[in-house]
Amino acid sequence: MIQRLASSEFFVLGLCALLLAGLGPFTPGLLSAQNLVNVLAAMLPLLLVAAGQTVVLIGGGIDLSVTAIIALASVAGAKIMTLSGGWMAAHPAAVPVAVGAMLLAGFLTGLANGIAIAWLRMSAFIVTLTSLMAVSGLTVWFTDSKNIADLPPGFFSLGQRLPPALGMAAGALALTHLMLTRSIYGRWIHAVGHNAATARVSGVPVPLITALSYTISGLSAGAAAILLTGRLETGSPVLGQTMMLDIIGAAVIGGTSLFGGRGNVLWTVSGVLFLTLLDNALNLRGLSHFVIMMIKGVVILLAAGLDVVRRRGQEE
Amino acid sequence: MSALLEIDNLVKAFHGVPVLRGVGFEIRAGTVTGLVGGNGAGKSTLMNLLGGNLRPDSGAMRLEGRVYEPENSAAAARAGISFVHQELNLFPNLTLAENLFLTDFPIRGFFIRRSVLARQAAALLAKVGLPHTPDTPLEHLTPGERQLVEIARALHGNPKLIILDEPTTSLSPPECERLFRLVRSLQAEGCAFIFISHALGDVLQLCGRILVLRDGAVADQGPAGDFTIARLVTSMAGREIKQLFPGRTELPVADADTKPLLEVRGVRQPGVVDNIRFTLRRGEILGLSGLMGAGRTELARLLFGLAPHRSGEILLDGKTLTGGPRARIRAGLALLTESRGEDGICAGASVNDNIMLATLPAHAWGPLGLLSNARLKPVVRKVSESVHLHTRREGAEPLRRLSGGNQQKAVLARWLLAEPKVLILDEPTRGIDAAAKFEIYQLILALAAAGTGVLLISSEQEELLALSDRILVMSRGRLTGEFVRPDFSPESLLRAALAHHHSHPETHP
Repeated sequence: MIQRLASSEFFVLGLCALLLAGLGPFTPGLLSAQNLVNVLAAMLPLLLVAAGQTVVLIGGGIDLSVTAIIALASVAGAKIMTLSGGWMAAHPAAVPVAVGAMLLAGFLTGLANGIAIAWLRMSAFIVTLTSLMAVSGLTVWFTDSKNIADLPPGFFSLGQRLPPALGMAAGALALTHLMLTRSIYGRWIHAVGHNAATARVSGVPVPLITALSYTISGLSAGAAAILLTGRLETGSPVLGQTMMLDIIGAAVIGGTSLFGGRGNVLWTVSGVLFLTLLDNALNLRGLSHFVIMMIKGVVILLAAGLDVVRRRGQEE
Repeated sequence: MSALLEIDNLVKAFHGVPVLRGVGFEIRAGTVTGLVGGNGAGKSTLMNLLGGNLRPDSGAMRLEGRVYEPENSAAAARAGISFVHQELNLFPNLTLAENLFLTDFPIRGFFIRRSVLARQAAALLAKVGLPHTPDTPLEHLTPGERQLVEIARALHGNPKLIILDEPTTSLSPPECERLFRLVRSLQAEGCAFIFISHALGDVLQLCGRILVLRDGAVADQGPAGDFTIARLVTSMAGREIKQLFPGRTELPVADADTKPLLEVRGVRQPGVVDNIRFTLRRGEILGLSGLMGAGRTELARLLFGLAPHRSGEILLDGKTLTGGPRARIRAGLALLTESRGEDGICAGASVNDNIMLATLPAHAWGPLGLLSNARLKPVVRKVSESVHLHTRREGAEPLRRLSGGNQQKAVLARWLLAEPKVLILDEPTRGIDAAAKFEIYQLILALAAAGTGVLLISSEQEELLALSDRILVMSRGRLTGEFVRPDFSPESLLRAALAHHHSHPETHP
């Protein structure tokens, strides 16, 4: 019964509804239109980077470096377009070039992770963890630990006005979803996550697929950096630093397995929605940041426990 | 003098498949008994029963007249039965003393008593004639010396019976001689041995009695003096074919002009295979026989690009094969691997996804590699029907929900879709029920009839004899025999499979 319920695709959406129905009447402002729009806007960057993480998890890996990639992309883009001493300050192409550079920073870091994991056969855990450390260090060193402000207004409208941000996130999600469900690469990523040895014997280019999944994750972190930097109106060397557990947590709450082979970016959308709503509701109820951290930690731990229950259910 | 160990009518079956069908024998103290038998004769099961890893379905064991029913391997050791396994269970990074007492350190409170450890270890090492000090790291010892360390460890509990499982495989002749001297001296002190080996010359030389197992029963036994290698082989091989097989009716085109489909030219990989050459024709079923560890699976993986080879050439349809599995699948090769769970299936993925896995590129469209489920579905359904695959939810359920036989049929379906020119089957019927076996035999025959070249690796001799047009035999990484239908005899196959299991020179006068 618990297993049946937990495996349902609508389980998490049901939890979201429960959360709203349960806390709404006692939490002033939770159900207001303005608040729900805020929740939606706050979701989008997390959604992008969690979707990329979902791809890596399905392939049987894990990417712990994404928060560092977000910060790197943020300062790289900001350094190009800032009006106070940017490399392309006030140049008409500054914003597009900066956006491109942010995506490129994510792409390249992800590719480097992927190459180390796929061809050098290093452990994903240690590669992305050291990558987190090195890239974070690079970012702070590069900026002298200072924020880069004075970004052109044309850029931060991208992160602040809902329609462009929503369009970008929806587009990226749809693309990722199609790739996972309707393309050969998606099938291959699933197969590698289920059993890489079988995939290899069946002619799947396993290293290529592994590298691809980390590259997608890096790229999605770069995209998330665009939205986050726009919301903040500054390039920050510590951007996204506290997001790591939310990213993996959202994917796992959605139902993507930490054991590989099983997952879906649409599930991750529900996971992100749930975590963001929970965060928002607890904030509105005036709980301290640390209490919220404790509650979220427990929720994500429960989700990881459910993952084990689901896996057992499948094995019977 | 009464028997040390009495085994009476032991029966053991796995999932309804009998493995031991009433084995009975006796072992007296201070004797060495040779235990021989082919693959699947029941040796390992018998040893697992003795060692407490398995429990018999019926039958009884008595040790020194008392009922012997070990709960686990520790209980077996306490009762006085020790094992020396084929793969050494030793740790190269630890010292000899630590290896000897790993499970049983002399301790005081929380601490190891180093001096006691050193004294006891030195005594054991002296007993097996090793000159090393107890604090020598194991990695400094040769394979032969390590084998002696294993025996020293087995001696630790003052066992009454030591079981040696293929102890001479990795030993040089002088090391063998040293081992045999040790066995004889321990025998003189009253310790009994069971010596399991494929090196028949060694068995005849060392043992006082010989016991031949075949198909889970004692096929022959008696004093070693009454045996010759020829009698051993005859007893091990047996004669009758008991299982049902579909007949091999369609024979391959015996056209001498047609060039071979698969040609293997002097393939060599040090320590794995040596100078392998053979050809496979269109529509031919080529059996590959040999004992466990002869290198058949290694050869199959090497042919498929999963393992490297240092020299030699593999040609498919006249073109040299290079690269990994991906390139070789494209060239027309397919491999059904030996261990299904390890690298044959994605157990958690759906049956259909498993079936499509190798042929997705052929159905992907455009540079984005798009797939249409509507177009894949009939493809999967058709091949599932052709292999008589039984699924409940039209193949949407995870593959692990299916029986072993149906899982194997799904893997076969995957390779049928790839339409290979040459299909390598490594133990295709291992661990599956009789009905599914029969269906798989029919599929193999149908494939051959349609022109596919089949390389069939099997440890079930009847299977090879019934299906193959030609059988190659491997032993220790080399081809040691080739037999063409109808010149098959279980005895000659076994003789070839035992080649290169050399005993040391003094064995044969």
